Amino acid sequence: MAVRTLVEAVRDGLAEEMRRDWRVIVLGEDVGVHGGVFRATDGLYAEFGKDRVIDTPIAELGIVGTAIGSALNGLRPVAEIQFADYIFPAIDQIVNEAAKIRYRTNGGFGCPLVIRAPYGAGIHGALYHSQSVEAFFLHVPGLKVVTPSTPYDAKGLLKAAVRDEDPVLFFEHKRTYRRVRGEVPEEDYVVPIGVAEVKRVGQHVSVVTYGAMVHQALEAADALAAEGISVEVVDLRSLLPWDRETVAASVSKTNKVVICHEDSKTAGVGAEVAAFIGEELFDQLDGPITRVAALDTPVPFAPTLEEAVIPGTRHIVDAVRRLAAY
Amino acid sequence: MTTSINMPQLGESVAEGTIGRWLKRPGDRVEQDEPLAEIITDKVNAELPCPIAGQVEALLVEEGATVAVGTPIARIAETTNAVSAGQPPAEAAPVEPAPADVGMFAGTLESLDAPVAPARSASAAAAPASASAADESAARRVRSSPLVRRLAEEHQVDLRLVPGTGMGGRVTKDDILSYLAQRGQAAAQVAQSAPTAPAAPPSSSVPAAAVSAPGPALTPAPAPVAPGEERLLLTPMRRMIAEHLSRTHQTVPSAWTMVEVDVTGLVRWRERARDDFRRREGVPLTYVAPFIQVVVEALKEQPLLNAVWGEDHIRLRRRIHVGVAVALDDGLIVPVLHDADERNLVGIARGLADLVARARAGTLAPSDVQGATFTVNNTGAFGSIVSVPIVPQGQTGILTMEAIVKRAVIVDDAIAIRSMMNVCLAFDHRVVDGAAVGRFLQSIKQRLETYQPPA
Repeated sequence: MAVRTLVEAVRDGLAEEMRRDWRVIVLGEDVGVHGGVFRATDGLYAEFGKDRVIDTPIAELGIVGTAIGSALNGLRPVAEIQFADYIFPAIDQIVNEAAKIRYRTNGGFGCPLVIRAPYGAGIHGALYHSQSVEAFFLHVPGLKVVTPSTPYDAKGLLKAAVRDEDPVLFFEHKRTYRRVRGEVPEEDYVVPIGVAEVKRVGQHVSVVTYGAMVHQALEAADALAAEGISVEVVDLRSLLPWDRETVAASVSKTNKVVICHEDSKTAGVGAEVAAFIGEELFDQLDGPITRVAALDTPVPFAPTLEEAVIPGTRHIVDAVRRLAAY
Repeated sequence: MTTSINMPQLGESVAEGTIGRWLKRPGDRVEQDEPLAEIITDKVNAELPCPIAGQVEALLVEEGATVAVGTPIARIAETTNAVSAGQPPAEAAPVEPAPADVGMFAGTLESLDAPVAPARSASAAAAPASASAADESAARRVRSSPLVRRLAEEHQVDLRLVPGTGMGGRVTKDDILSYLAQRGQAAAQVAQSAPTAPAAPPSSSVPAAAVSAPGPALTPAPAPVAPGEERLLLTPMRRMIAEHLSRTHQTVPSAWTMVEVDVTGLVRWRERARDDFRRREGVPLTYVAPFIQVVVEALKEQPLLNAVWGEDHIRLRRRIHVGVAVALDDGLIVPVLHDADERNLVGIARGLADLVARARAGTLAPSDVQGATFTVNNTGAFGSIVSVPIVPQGQTGILTMEAIVKRAVIVDDAIAIRSMMNVCLAFDHRVVDGAAVGRFLQSIKQRLETYQPPA
């Protein structure tokens, strides 16, 4: 198997899907001639041409609106929002159009649309190039939200997203683009949406997380293993729908859970997961449900401040250690 | 702000309480320390003083209902504008400091040389000053988690018997699993010796997944009642006595010894003095009062007998509180004569008469049954001449007064008829050894044999 970076896995996934299905098109700012600011669409323009790899104006509402229109007319668009921070101009199209089409047509039409967006901090992008936006969309019935953490999952989930009959928001963490490498099969495979994966098996404390924090959690698990604390790392992979069964199985085994995300704490994904555990798994708990998340502030520019706001490996280690001793 | 009022812990090893009567109704104004309800427990009936001033928002438990210690029973709304004069505002309501060091086993070794005041204040704080402090200590005693409570219920485990190793003494999952594993091993041994019993599960490593499903019951089902037999349901008092004594029997390596005491002089003095004493003091002159008097003197000489084992230390106690076992129709209760060392013979006799009367009337207060540092049991009242008592929790020794009988004994190489009494002592051998125990009993023997009555 080839070793690929996460962004290479995204590019491979797009190319393979475009080769497999002529209806798949890519559109967004600088995705064509330039190959994308993160090079996620590099080479697609050369291979598939300007009719299938479309450079758009800097107008996110237009990008998503165009994608919805083309999806309703039979294509399978993959729209790129250059930074997830700029997805908000398109939120009306996403929430009021894409997410509603299945329902307003009584199941007659889907909206087979993928919106890819790089998100997250850790690259000194400051307020407008660091945000985690996934929680905004969890509240919208009709959407699917996916956050892969590894090249294998990125490619497999992207293929599943392209083949899905309904809109999928596909958030790629910028910090994992080139830092995270992994083996990726060359043959066709799909990672189903809505299925979490236990990235590391452990006994004492479950860490439920997703995206870049999966790697921080694995680092924390290594550090804690030296202290005799065995950590199970559950990578949600999909946030909507999310895999309650896998989380329940893990929490029922360890009876202690830390939920970790880079997004700010208030009303984040962790709140939803914690509420589920509190409602459904109350008598499995041997300690308080614990959240590790960013402070409730925008991501600052100064590297020291960014590091102070965003949770790191040490925060997970501290939280798990406390909970293990509880 | 709404404050939850919880069922207080009225006495050691009391697990639940019954609301006898609500003294306030929803909407009623209640002042701080004003009685809110009458609580009936295994040991005592008591009024529950309201820890805060406010308005009764809701009564959560019906009259006559029995709930576990720590269960919320009422909600009081604190209203800052309703604070009466001279009362601190609600925000400034004094918070009971967590009595971290005053628990039975929680303290550090107190030196006898230490100044008196701190030790006294520590002991004073040990008796819960308010219901909220009692709640807090009760909650801490069985602090656990939802998982642990579910496992305890499924496997019928009294969590107070499970040593907690978690933060603040919490009973953790590991604690209860290892407890169950030990109990399972014991059950497996029983199963081996009784081939008809169902085989116990392999218990050395109970996997969490297996535990989360209701496993095979480790406690055997009660045997069916055969013809000619009858099942007597446990009263709360019976259950409490059983739990208390089982715990001691399992945890305290006790030893036993006895001396025989010539109490001829004491008997003669009592025969002479009893009518006058009764007339003068209004209470009967029993042998128990002078006996407690000399025990207290002997305890002062041998402070280890007034101490308690604390796992990694021994806790010496300057104050001497003597528990006195009182037989009731349906059980036994041990009220405490506090600061017995500060009383003379009359004071001891009056205190005893009061405690015994209230024990039989069922009107002891929680503080009346708490804090004993040593126990005296008048088993002679039942005609016993030798008994082997069980050391009470939190104490090092228990002394029995056996029946006084006339026997032929050798005095100065001649046979004489003397009044003899056996004095038996069971003691926690972790705290004290035979030599000190011997000196303690010899001191008692000598003091009784040469008893000098008050003029």
